[in-house]
Amino acid sequence: MDIYGYIKYLLFIPLLPLAAFVLLGLFGKKYAGKYAGIFGTVLMLAATGFAIYTAYSYFTTYSGGSYPRINALSYTWLKFSDTLSIDMGFMVDPISMMMIVVVTLVSLMVHIYSLGYMKGEERFATYYAYLGLFTFSMLGLVLSSNLFQIYIFWELVGVSSFLLIGYYYNKPSAVAACKKAFIVTRFADLGFLIGILILSYTGGTLDFNTLIVNLTTDGSASISSGVAHTFLGASALTWGAALVFIGGAGKSAMFPLHIWLPDAMEGPTPVSALIHAATMVVAGVYLVARMFPIFAITVPAVLEMIGWVGAISAIFAAVIACTQTDIKRVLAYSTMSQIGFMLFALGVSGYGGEAGLGYTASMFHLFTHALFKALLFLGAGAVIHYVHSNEMKDMGGLRKFMPITHITFLVACLAIAGVPPFAGFFSKEEILLAAHHHNPAIYWIAIITSGLTAFYMFRLYFSIFWSKPHHSHHTHSHREGGFAMMLPLILLAFGAAAAGFIPFGKFVSSNGQPLASHFDLQFSILPVGIGLAGIALAALFYFRQNSRPDKASAAFGTLYKSAYHKFYIDELYLFITKKVLFNLVGKPAAWFDRNIVDGMINLTGNATQKVSAGIRKMQSGKVQQYAMYFLGGVILLAIIFIYTRK
Amino acid sequence: MQPGLYHILFISAALFFIGVYGFFTRRNLITLLMSIELILNSVNLNFIAFNKYLWPGRMDGLFFTLFIIAIAAAEAAVAIAIIINLYRSHQSIDVNDAEELKY
Repeated sequence: MDIYGYIKYLLFIPLLPLAAFVLLGLFGKKYAGKYAGIFGTVLMLAATGFAIYTAYSYFTTYSGGSYPRINALSYTWLKFSDTLSIDMGFMVDPISMMMIVVVTLVSLMVHIYSLGYMKGEERFATYYAYLGLFTFSMLGLVLSSNLFQIYIFWELVGVSSFLLIGYYYNKPSAVAACKKAFIVTRFADLGFLIGILILSYTGGTLDFNTLIVNLTTDGSASISSGVAHTFLGASALTWGAALVFIGGAGKSAMFPLHIWLPDAMEGPTPVSALIHAATMVVAGVYLVARMFPIFAITVPAVLEMIGWVGAISAIFAAVIACTQTDIKRVLAYSTMSQIGFMLFALGVSGYGGEAGLGYTASMFHLFTHALFKALLFLGAGAVIHYVHSNEMKDMGGLRKFMPITHITFLVACLAIAGVPPFAGFFSKEEILLAAHHHNPAIYWIAIITSGLTAFYMFRLYFSIFWSKPHHSHHTHSHREGGFAMMLPLILLAFGAAAAGFIPFGKFVSSNGQPLASHFDLQFSILPVGIGLAGIALAALFYFRQNSRPDKASAAFGTLYKSAYHKFYIDELYLFITKKVLFNLVGKPAAWFDRNIVDGMINLTGNATQKVSAGIRKMQSGKVQQYAMYFLGGVILLAIIFIYTRK
Repeated sequence: MQPGLYHILFISAALFFIGVYGFFTRRNLITLLMSIELILNSVNLNFIAFNKYLWPGRMDGLFFTLFIIAIAAAEAAVAIAIIINLYRSHQSIDVNDAEELKY
């Protein structure tokens, strides 16, 4: 403990938000009132301080060398056998250190922003309590040292996102959205749980460090037992890893489990920023990264599947994003697309050395994406706050009225479009480079997706801030938002502009050895060119109001229509659940329950009732009758004894 | 003629069944109590008889009898207290008038 002096502060990082949750949840409404926000923000600020200090200490302690995985503050919670126990501990390694900084930072920004955005809300204290719970769960998730612990926090994240998305509980669409998010992710978590059981059974442990060693050492007993058991032609290990990924795909809103994400926009906008930028949706990416050696060394087939799921989700979401008119939904699909980038970057990565570029790139993109996506959502929140609408058609020409939002939003759009020198450029370049080396098909999908990304982001940007000359149907009596709302925008804009210059490969790589980041100017020409082309196209369509967008959408006809309807995935799910599952499984199951299960219970009850009604007369209240029974019994016993025990 | 074991057992059995008959036929609680005393005394007779004829040198049966007499006295006291209370509430000591304690 003494050598790792900084690790002792680790405990405070998740516990401070938890304290905020408990205190605000119990006493906030009554005693804190409108100061609840300040209280939560101060605690979050302290947690952020601890997180940055811890991460800084970790990276400087080992700077230059390789970064070890440290299992700190471990505590045995449930001991099953000598080797298998459920522990509670903190995992200290480059990605967890990076994640605590990202999570606390974005959460802090959201806390500050909400001071302005949520001002005057009736359940202000409750809102901050939920934010605290969410941050606590996410921090616990990224710091988990074993599979079971990560599962606990995984579910906590699910619950707190349910609470936050359904914050406006008297709005039916919000209630439906929070249920949808919860059920879809819960459904995926079932796969995760089974995956955990398989992996921990074959690996013989729940602890990440031991599990990785057990399952990656060539010819170890765990691997041979995992390969020996097969099911439907795939080994137990492959199944375990794939099922764990299904859990991750659910939380990360990967195709086809993405349907909850756009609906989750029903929550307050800062919540969307928190869920979509740094926390819930990257949990799946983080999970794959956390167990990356197992995926890369032992089950490369699953890793390839992850790559394809990521790539398909990326382009799928990008196409939908081009057609949506609700600005938060555009951002939601762009999140899904960017998460797809992170996942296929992991998918094309190998373990160690230059081959591990994809891993570094993925984590780098996670980091930069957290900054610019939080900025985009908070900016969109400011716009929504100003015009009181989510629809693009109600906006336009806002640049004069909201200068700070305009500039910061532009920075974020440039960053996500991958224009140098903004943050997204560096991380996306690395992803594309990794894809180029390992999988040309995915590389070309990614190039097209980057073009689409640039197009739809600038479609959003131009529609909000340019397009119409005047913003007509709104009285501009109030300004673009207070200091509390503008400060996070400005801070995040600096982050989104400059974060790309961090030599990320030095800190985070697949095997802990530093990886030199390199740029190939010739390589960058194509992606940047595609990005600029997308921006130019968007400018052509949306800079001034004209009829080109309508003509284009008419030209694409069916494609446009199906993309506008999100490729009818929601309808497909409804069809499968309502028509197929409910009729084929639900109704027979209900019949079985109503008639067979209930029938057996009722039979027992009825039989008891009938028999007792028949024999209750025996209790007559007549003393002499009782004595008669008694005498009869005694005589019977006497006869039995006489004839059996001669 | 010296009475033998069987004579006494005969008397005891007769006493027992007289008591049982009384218990089942009478309705007056005091009479029921008296019937119980008859049954108990038939048991006492059995104890004394077996003690005298089978284990003449020992006193076990005698002591059992003494205890049963003591317990019978106590039981009579309790029973009569119950009967008095019953009379106060029901104005009757007929067993058929006190059968509320049923289903």
